[in-house]
Amino acid sequence: MATSATNAPEKVGLLRVLGPAHIWALGVGIVLVGEYMGWNFGVAKGGAFAALIACWFAGTLYTCVAMIDSEVTSTVAAAGGQYTQAKHIVGPLMAFNVGLYLVFAYTMLEAGNAITVGYLMDTVAAMTGHSGLDQRPFIILSIMFLAWLNYRGVLATLTFNLVITAFAFSSILILFVVTAPWSDASPMRHAELMTDLPYGWLGVLASMHFGLWYYLGIEGTTQAAEEVRSPARSLPFGTLAGIMTLLIAATLTWYMCVGLMPWEYLGGAGVPLFDAARLSGSSWLVVLLGVGTLFATLASANGCINDASRAWFAMGRDHYLPSWFGAVHPKFRTPYRSIIFLVPIALIFALGAPLDQVITFSILSGLLEYTFMPINVIMFRKKWPLDTIKRGYVHPFHPIPALVLLALCSVTYFAVFLGYGTQLVAMVAFYIVVSLWFHFWRYRFVNRGAQFTMPWPRPKGY
Amino acid sequence: MMDIWTVLEYGAWALSVIFGAYIVLDWIKTDSTYSEEVLTSSREGELEAMTEQHKL
Repeated sequence: MATSATNAPEKVGLLRVLGPAHIWALGVGIVLVGEYMGWNFGVAKGGAFAALIACWFAGTLYTCVAMIDSEVTSTVAAAGGQYTQAKHIVGPLMAFNVGLYLVFAYTMLEAGNAITVGYLMDTVAAMTGHSGLDQRPFIILSIMFLAWLNYRGVLATLTFNLVITAFAFSSILILFVVTAPWSDASPMRHAELMTDLPYGWLGVLASMHFGLWYYLGIEGTTQAAEEVRSPARSLPFGTLAGIMTLLIAATLTWYMCVGLMPWEYLGGAGVPLFDAARLSGSSWLVVLLGVGTLFATLASANGCINDASRAWFAMGRDHYLPSWFGAVHPKFRTPYRSIIFLVPIALIFALGAPLDQVITFSILSGLLEYTFMPINVIMFRKKWPLDTIKRGYVHPFHPIPALVLLALCSVTYFAVFLGYGTQLVAMVAFYIVVSLWFHFWRYRFVNRGAQFTMPWPRPKGY
Repeated sequence: MMDIWTVLEYGAWALSVIFGAYIVLDWIKTDSTYSEEVLTSSREGELEAMTEQHKL
């Protein structure tokens, strides 16, 4: 029909309604599931101390990510996050690739979370004596409910994330306080359980890959840039508060789990924090951490839908993809077509692919994105020095964080190559093919002037 | 009698269909009510053009 309603608006855009707490919830919400499960596979690779080294190694990597992101995104207050940064600072081909890294990383992670919801429901059913639960309806419901929530509006979506993320984080703190490592009655047995590095320093290198699980996704805060009330203030505040929260949560999680379980068991545990609660001997802690695990998983999937759809929407709006995806819902003010489009993709991967492969593709896309960031910030400082654009946050010691990030990414590539070489090569080959498609075909549809509408001064030297 | 988990399975299927149907029906309604120009009228950085001048 395509005719305007009588009192229809002439222009619609995303709504600026979010505050710094929502940014914190978006960043921490995506990640916190990594504390509840997944990080502990690094223990199997190199023992308890290797997992701690990986935890702080990746913590340094992500602190650099958070600082760099905070500075650049405080000036690029538009949906798309790192995609939009790449478009303005590096160029269209880099932007197209970064946009795809984002969509892949978040959609795969969403699928992984949905698989986990099914697994959790099956675990609870088995604990109550019911065997053979059909996990599919719970996997599908988690994706459909969160897609519906995202479709209806960003404020409700991220307020929901704030509540369940705060619950999941508080559960970790409560577990720490109740197990009281400072008291003689504590069930923790670090002195008996801690061992030397069982596989030496090679084991430490192999466990690096899993160190990323503690923090993977904190960079997603930038996707809310077009919907936050005061981007220059809220984005750095929410992002940096988020990485601090995660450093605390990651270290506490490691400390509690290695003090309660031998590393041989911990390295293969499906839900280590839940197991830690079971070993504490308190039944209400078991319930608390069980609910915390479910909430962390849902918060992650919710944030992933939010972020993947914003990146896809921003690419559609710039005609990097069909402009049909650049539509905003006139009533709910959300990128509704992008949200809808990504639902069946998430469902296909959640129902048809194994969890470890899904998560590996998510991590690899994330790693490619982190490699882009140091290049991005070095070019940003060069083209727009500090006295040319007002920044909400200026990260210290430039270019040291960028160089550290680049070095840490190189080490992680090597570690990933050791464990998942085939997937890494397949992923890089995929991005090369789509880059050729974009360069030789798709870019002709891009309106080159219209994609740069930010009121920025000309870059230095142009 | 069905046990609680079987009921929950059916409930999850039903809710999935309801959420999916809501999204699809609203999508069709929205696309047929508003013109494509209005729906795709969002532009990057427009709010900033009004509120932030990027001057020190």
